[in-house]
Parts: sequence; C-alpha cells; structure tokens
Amino acid sequence: MSEKDTDQGKRQFLVAATTVAGGVAAGAAAVPFVASMMPSERAKAAGAPVEVDVGALAPGERITVEWRGKPVWVVRRTKEMLDTIRSNDSNVSDPESKKPMQPAYAANEFRSIKDEYLVVVGICTHLGCSPVDKFAKQAEAFDPNWQGGFYCPCHGSLFDLAGRVYKNRPAPDNLIVPPHTYLSDTRILIGEDSKGA
Amino acid sequence: MAATPKEPVQFRGAGPLNAPISGVLTWVDQRFPLMSLWRDHLSQYYAPKNFNFWYFFGSLAMLVLVIQIVTGIFLVMHYKPSAAEAFASVEYIMRDVPGGWFIRYMHSTGASAFFVVVYLHMFRGLMYGSYRQPRELIWIFGMLIYLCLMAEAFFGYLLPWGQMSFWGAQVIVNLFDALPVIGPDLSTWIRGDFVVSDATLNRFFAFHVIALPLVLLGLVAAHIMALHEVGSNNPDGVEIKKHKDEQGRPLDGIPFHPYYTVKDIVGVVVFLFLFFTVVFFMPEMGGYFLEYNNFIPADPLKTPPHIAPVWYFTPYYSILRAITEDFMLVLAIGVAAYVVLIWLTARDSRVKLVAAASGLVLVVLMKGGPLALDAKVWGVVMMGAATLIFFLMPWLDRSPVRSIRYKGPLFRSALTIFVITFIVLGYYGVQTVTPAGTVISQIGTLLYFAFFLLMPWYSAMDKTKPEPDRVTM
Amino acid sequence: MADNMNKFKNLIAALLFAPALALGAGVDVKLDRAPIDETDQASLQRGARHFVNYCLNCHSANYMRFNRLQDIGLTNQQILDNLVFTGAKVGDLMRVAMDPAEAREWFGAPPPDLTVTARSRASSAGSGADWLYSYLRGFYRDAERPTGWNNTVYANVGMPHVLWELQGEQVLAERKVQGPGYEKTAMALKLDKPGTLSPVEYDRMVADLVNYMVFMGEPMRNDRKTIGMFVLLGLGLLFVLAYALKKEYWKDVH
Repeated sequence: MSEKDTDQGKRQFLVAATTVAGGVAAGAAAVPFVASMMPSERAKAAGAPVEVDVGALAPGERITVEWRGKPVWVVRRTKEMLDTIRSNDSNVSDPESKKPMQPAYAANEFRSIKDEYLVVVGICTHLGCSPVDKFAKQAEAFDPNWQGGFYCPCHGSLFDLAGRVYKNRPAPDNLIVPPHTYLSDTRILIGEDSKGA
Repeated sequence: MAATPKEPVQFRGAGPLNAPISGVLTWVDQRFPLMSLWRDHLSQYYAPKNFNFWYFFGSLAMLVLVIQIVTGIFLVMHYKPSAAEAFASVEYIMRDVPGGWFIRYMHSTGASAFFVVVYLHMFRGLMYGSYRQPRELIWIFGMLIYLCLMAEAFFGYLLPWGQMSFWGAQVIVNLFDALPVIGPDLSTWIRGDFVVSDATLNRFFAFHVIALPLVLLGLVAAHIMALHEVGSNNPDGVEIKKHKDEQGRPLDGIPFHPYYTVKDIVGVVVFLFLFFTVVFFMPEMGGYFLEYNNFIPADPLKTPPHIAPVWYFTPYYSILRAITEDFMLVLAIGVAAYVVLIWLTARDSRVKLVAAASGLVLVVLMKGGPLALDAKVWGVVMMGAATLIFFLMPWLDRSPVRSIRYKGPLFRSALTIFVITFIVLGYYGVQTVTPAGTVISQIGTLLYFAFFLLMPWYSAMDKTKPEPDRVTM
Repeated sequence: MADNMNKFKNLIAALLFAPALALGAGVDVKLDRAPIDETDQASLQRGARHFVNYCLNCHSANYMRFNRLQDIGLTNQQILDNLVFTGAKVGDLMRVAMDPAEAREWFGAPPPDLTVTARSRASSAGSGADWLYSYLRGFYRDAERPTGWNNTVYANVGMPHVLWELQGEQVLAERKVQGPGYEKTAMALKLDKPGTLSPVEYDRMVADLVNYMVFMGEPMRNDRKTIGMFVLLGLGLLFVLAYALKKEYWKDVH
C-alpha cells in the first residue's frame, strides 16, 4: 500500500477524537487528586460554625470567638457608637459597603444584622495582623480626630466601629463580616447563614 | 511483505500553528537533543512488526509505575508514618479526605496489578528467549527491577499498620535472624528496635517513598536504554536486523511511533478497564489485594490466627516453609546427584573439580552433623536462591533457538511444569500448613529448581525446529 | 503451534484466577447469611440508632464522623437530636468516654473500635456482615464464663450479651440432625427464655444493626459503585476510538 492510499482525513479525525477523549479521561482522573488537597472532613469539622451567647455582653464591650482558627469579634455598640458611624462616612473608603466583604444581609449602614451587634473577622485586610480596640472617641497619635474604632499595629490601618477601612491607609478593604445568623435574641451562630441550615 | 517505508516522522502542526511550533522546537533542539530522543526512541525506533498479546505488558508495567508514583505522592500528603497515627491516618484518607478512598484503592490495587503485569512480562521473556544473547543485560536489569519491586511492596505493606502489616514485617525481618553469626544483630538493626515498632515504620516509610522509587526509576531507565540499544526480541526470536532495506531500516521492523503507540493505547484502555473494575467494584479482591485482618490495628501482643503474605510473595513463602529438617536429606541427595551429573557430562576437568568441591561443601552444610546449618537457615537461603536464580537464565539456556515456537517438547514441557509449579507453590503459600501441603510444596521446590538447574542439559538435547529467516505474522 | 499458545494462555488464566480457588483457610464455623440491603436507608437509619444506643456506650467508632450519617438520608439536625447523646458536635468522631484501663479490668481487654469491624471480620467462611449477624445471634448462657455468656461464633467471648433483654436467653441443647443417609446429634442453640422481641423481630433488628456497621466500615461504598459504572462506560467509549485508530494505522503493516 502506498502513502497516497491512506485516508489522511480519517487518520487525523481518529487521532483528534482519541486525543480529545483521552484528554477528557485524564481530566476526569485528575479531579479526585485535585479535590484531595481541599480541606478534609476533619478540617471542616474543626472549622464548623460556632455558637456564641451575647446576652452577658455589656454595651460598648467586645468578645472574641475562635472560628476556623481566626478571631471573630462581637461588639455590642452603644447608641453613641452608632452615631459616630453615621457621621464617619467621609473618612472611610467604602462607606456604603459596596465591595463584597460581607454577606448581602450585612451590606447596610452598620454592616450588621442587628444594629447593636457588630460581628467581624478580626483580621486586617492588609496583611493579616489582628487590629486592636481603640473604642474611645479621643485624639490619638495616629489620628487627632479619632472617632473610635480599630487600629492595626502592624502598618497603621484604621477601621471604624462598623469595620470600615479609613481612606489612605494600607488596608484596601473593610473588615470581613462572616456568615452568621441569630438562633435567638442573644445566641449567634457564626459560620453559617440561615439559608445554609 | 515488509512494512511500507515511512518518511521520518515530523511534528505536524495544523496550518498557521505550524511555523511557531517548529520555531520553538528548533530553538529547543539547538540546546537539548529533543528531536534525536524522539527519533531514537519513538519515531525511528524499529520494533518487529509481529509483536503479539504478550508484548503489551512492558508498557503496562510502565503505566502502573506511573500510577503508583502519582497516587503515592498524594497519599503521602495525608498519611502519618507513626505507630500511633498510621492506622487512623489511612482510615482518615479513606473517609475524610475528598477523593481519598479512590487514590488509596488505586494504590493498593496498583500494587497487585504491578505484580500481575510483571509476572506476565517475565513469562513472555521466558517463552520467547528474550534473555538470550545479546539481551542478557536487559534481563538482568529487569530482574533487578523485580527484586526492587518486591522490596518496595514489602516496605509499603507495613505502612497501613494493621495486623497483617505488623506480623508480616515481623516474620520477614526475623528471617534474617537465621543467618549465622550476624543474624540476630542484623534483624535488630533492620528494625531499629527489639520488635517491629515506630522506628521500623519510619525507616520503612523512607525506603518506600523515596529510596526504592529512585532506584526503581534508574533501573527502568537502564532497562529501556539497554533494550533500545540492541532492539526488541519478538515471538519468533529471530533478529530483524539481519535483513535491512537500502536506508538501513529493518525489513521486518516498523517505527514504534505511531504503530506501537496506537496499539499500546488499546492495551492501556483494556488494562484500565480491568484495573478500575477492581478499584470500584472489588477493591479487597476477596481478601487478596487488601487482607481482612489488616483492618485491625497492629497489636504486638496478639498474632492473628492465620497469617499469609500477600499473594505475589506466596510461591517463595511456600519454598521457605517447605524446607524442614526431614527435607534436608532430600536436598543433600539432590545436590550430590547434580554434582554427579556435572561430573559425567562436563568436558573441562576444572569444572568437574569445582562442582565436586562446592557440592561437598553444600552437602556438609546441609547434612554434615555438627557442621550443618539448621533447616531455618536453608529455608531462607532457598527462598533467596529461588528469586536470584532467574538471573542465570541467559547462561542456562543452551538451545540453538530462542523462541518457544521452535523449541522442542523438552523445553516446552519444562516451562509448562514450571508455571504450574509456580502457581501451586503460590496456592500453598496462602494456606495454613498441612502435612499434604508441605509434601506438595517440597515437590514443588524440587521442580522449581530443576527447571533452572537442569536447563543446560534438556535445552541442549531438545529436538528443535528450524527458525524461519524472517518473522511470521 | 496455535494449540500450544492456547495452552499457555489457559495457564495464565489459571494463574490470574488461582486466588479465587485459594479460599478455604481458617474458620470452620458455619455462618448465617446476613439479610441486608445496603441501599435500604430506613434499615440503615434504624441500624444507626441501635448502634448508638447499644454499642457506642462501650465501643468507639473512632474513624466515623456523626455527620457522615447524612449519607444515609439524615440531616445534621436529625443526627444531633436523635443520635448524639454526649454533647458532641455533629462533625465529631464517634468517640466513647469509657476509660481503656477500666475497660481492661471489666472485660479483660478494652472493647475494640467498631468502625471497620464489618471489614476485618470477613473470611473465607463469609462476609464480615455474615460474621456479625451470626455473632450477635449466637450468645448462649454458660455458667462457666465470668460474664455468664458464651458465643457459638466467638468462643469464650469477653463481651456479655448486651441485647439479652431483647433476644431472651438461649442455651446450647442437643438436637438430632438428619442428613442424607445419617442421623447424629449436634449441639444447637435453643431459646430458653423469650425476650421482649420475637425471634423474627430480633433477627430483623440485628440485620439493621449489621447493615449499618457495613455502611460504617466503608461509607463511600455506594458512591464508588456508581462512579465505577461511569468510569467503565467512559473507558468503553475510549476503547472504541482507540481500537479504530489502531486498525487504521495498522492497515500499513503487512
């Protein structure tokens, strides 16, 4: 048989078809291997939602809860604190929480489900340090007109009492509001939405 | 009729892509022998055109090696090589790691599949005389791969830290106890402890995941380089290089790529079909691929009622158990008879003297009263000899022809009996010891060694058929 | 020659299937076949409840997470409400509070973990399920044992008969056995004092429990069979293409 008798078209089709089918098979085989590097059931169990009772939390105070190995702050804000947030829009870079740093149900003025309780992940959105409380409305070395909020000691990022980041600071985004839901008036489940249950 | 001569195969791009691809290839080729590697090992490596079913198992062995390495890497990401955590970490992989069970079953099935494929590959070599001159080194590298694979399987089997893992390692390491003088210290040194323990698990892990795989890869490379140096044998056992066309290409050869690549792809798909049938539908394979007792965590204080090695070791295990005190007399008589045979047939008087002297030493060590070593030592020696004796194949076969197709009834029957013996020994290796089983294993042991040791005589005496000049399809 | 090749092929087939013949080592007790259906979620859920109620007090299932029971059709809330009594979280492992040292004192050995028992108890005599099914129905009164109980499947077992109130008390009694052409007496179990369940109900309950333990031994078992069908189907398709490709190229070779 000579070269010109071979049906090159048929060969090319079969090569292409086998290559595609083999490629799909290899891709499918890769799925479990890639998946195996995702968090295991153990990691998920360790990162399971945590329940916190805020009944004993006094106005103006904060507690820290560990969720997925990260600090989650719950701050019970006083009326004065809420007022400073309202008047602070011009200082912060994303006053209306347009960036998706919170679930939809917390994309509001006070970045919370209930105005009184702020629930945020206490990790600076710059490089992952944990900011410290500076709740008092007083002149501070980093800001003479300080309205009260959080100050990150690593690189000086500032956040107000709604976790909104100040303009012209290293941190690009507001503090993250984790998914959470109220099981009762004072019991908060952190890490799970009501829709997830 | 010979294969149609082919143009040297080129990388074919589709239309406009062609130019940049060939540009990149030229750039690489000026710095790295890419095209010549491609030509020498694929597009212009001429393989005999008459490969049959048995020639799938080389490339399949390579595939299983890749499967084992890839699945192994992902298992190591989750496995904990510590006596306290190993068993739990395997169950963690099976349950908590996404896709973990699939990776683990592939690895456990792959271990057995490796031996299935390698045993068939070795059988092919025995049938078609692939060990014969000039392919002795290919055979020797292959046998080294086989030994390495057995060590790899043995070390890996301890890692799940179940009862069979523990007691299997215990029994095999204790074999070294049998060696005179250094034995006890040697086995303690291997374990790094007085029993199989955390220290043993850790070092077996090191051997299993890095030391032996490195050696294995090196040996596989050597095996293939040696093969491509002398060229492949074929079912007719005739050299295709004897008849070449004007360009120096063997008339009975076809380029490995595309002909054997497309053929091997079919083999790979069929193999994977069987492989995944086991992985998805019978991962325990009736207790032979995953032993039931290995689902019980290792307990150094309690031996399971019945322990047997995994199936691929059982022929050798049978030989080990067959060597009893009573059987030593039979062995000694066997050695004496073998010396007489050499004495009567050898032409060189130095050979006669060496045979007689070494025979005498062996007989004394077997049955020489106070000088004799115990049967336990001989069990270990015979088991070792049973694996090592394969190395001698190239020099034992004196037949004028290579392939079983043209060998006579003596060699054919000998190979048939050998295969049956190997299976029977394997069968008795998984059974509990019974008197009948021991006698059968002892007969099996004699037949096993007779196949090799008597081969210089029966292969030379055999009535062979004339080899054809060219391969037959 | 072809004939000879066929002989060799047969040999190899024999080599491949030799393991199937090699069964027969070990246990000589005849096991009853466990009447279980791994896809019966209601049975699995009942079994899970029995396991938590009767086994998990002493035996752990240290590799099994409670929330894995979602695989048998329960929600996390149902699991927490009905099956978790220890204050464990739904993602926790099925641990047991019993101190191993105390357990050794009471039973001679700490009760073994049961996660994969349904796999480890398999043998040539039957599946692990068969063993468990026979074992849990094989307890009988034996005054010579410290616990007062013995077992036909597991001689001199350390565990007392936890389910005796349900099953009642069995004893070993002589019974005439008739076979083809012979008659002999054998020892067989006989229900001496009935329990709160009838024998049929008790067998059903044990079957559910065993069904659950089989699931717990390999929770992904049903998944792997489903995925396996797709994989084999895909490989079948690939075979058709690969075979056509090989045929096409090998037209060149004569």
